[in-house]
Amino acid sequence: MFAVATAAILVAMLLALVRAFAGPTLYDRVLAGNSFGTKTVILIGLMGYLAGRPDFLDISLLYALLNFASTIAILKFFRYRTLSISLDGPGADAPRFEERDVE
Amino acid sequence: MTGAEIANANLLIDLSLLTMLVLVAFFMVRSRHLFAIVMLSGIYSLLSAAFFVSLDAVDVAFTEAAVGAGVSTVLMLAAMLLTTRREKPIIAGRSPIALLVAVLVGAALIYATLDMPAFGDAAAPANSYIGAAYVERTAQEIAVPNIVTAVLASYRGFDTLGETMVIFTAGLGVIMLLGAGSARGGRPVSDVGEDEKGGANEKGRA
Repeated sequence: MFAVATAAILVAMLLALVRAFAGPTLYDRVLAGNSFGTKTVILIGLMGYLAGRPDFLDISLLYALLNFASTIAILKFFRYRTLSISLDGPGADAPRFEERDVE
Repeated sequence: MTGAEIANANLLIDLSLLTMLVLVAFFMVRSRHLFAIVMLSGIYSLLSAAFFVSLDAVDVAFTEAAVGAGVSTVLMLAAMLLTTRREKPIIAGRSPIALLVAVLVGAALIYATLDMPAFGDAAAPANSYIGAAYVERTAQEIAVPNIVTAVLASYRGFDTLGETMVIFTAGLGVIMLLGAGSARGGRPVSDVGEDEKGGANEKGRA
């Protein structure tokens, strides 16, 4: 059962890769990167159970947290163009996201 | 599952992960779209982290995921926003000498790997002399369950302390070179005589 699940996850990783290669917009690639991170989390968990020693399950939990945080960081970067927001209110002096950024 | 089945499954996982690594690397070289390259480098780090877990190097895998997929993706994005979105097309002529040198060096490197011991070989130098001594002595000398942690933090603790100090000093130097304004997100600092420094930052964010 775990072997079949692992094979399915590997195929899903390949599909996420295709979306990351093809694009075409920025959000497609962000989504592909995020879903690829999720697939990695599941794959690491499955590899533990496949080998009969799920000791590294906490590693995949940490990966899930990291994946979430880095997606937030990427999206925040595109919204505010910087990692630190001024306290005057969101986007008071930061340029808004523009349509020309989406290719 | 029996041991042979587990080994076969692991081999298949490794082969698929390495194939995807090659695919990602190929697309990173071919693509001219810088944002796609940044995202693909994050995916490359995740793939190699999964491969490290498959090789039982969990600590290396975690560093790779945290630094490669997390921090350096954001740093590359920060660098990308200061430049254009697309790489300029390079019209390169075919140079057979460069190809020949690359093929020769690659062949020599592959030939050199033939002398290396097989993966997990018990008679390999890394597993037979000092490595075996650490495996035997860590339990009673340091009493830390993870041997890699024991070696890093105790057996070579002074070395690790030195490394940490070097990296901390380097980080301090970078922050002092870039100035306080860049640490606060590129806003100009309104100290006396600082106004002309803000121009470069404003240009970068426009």
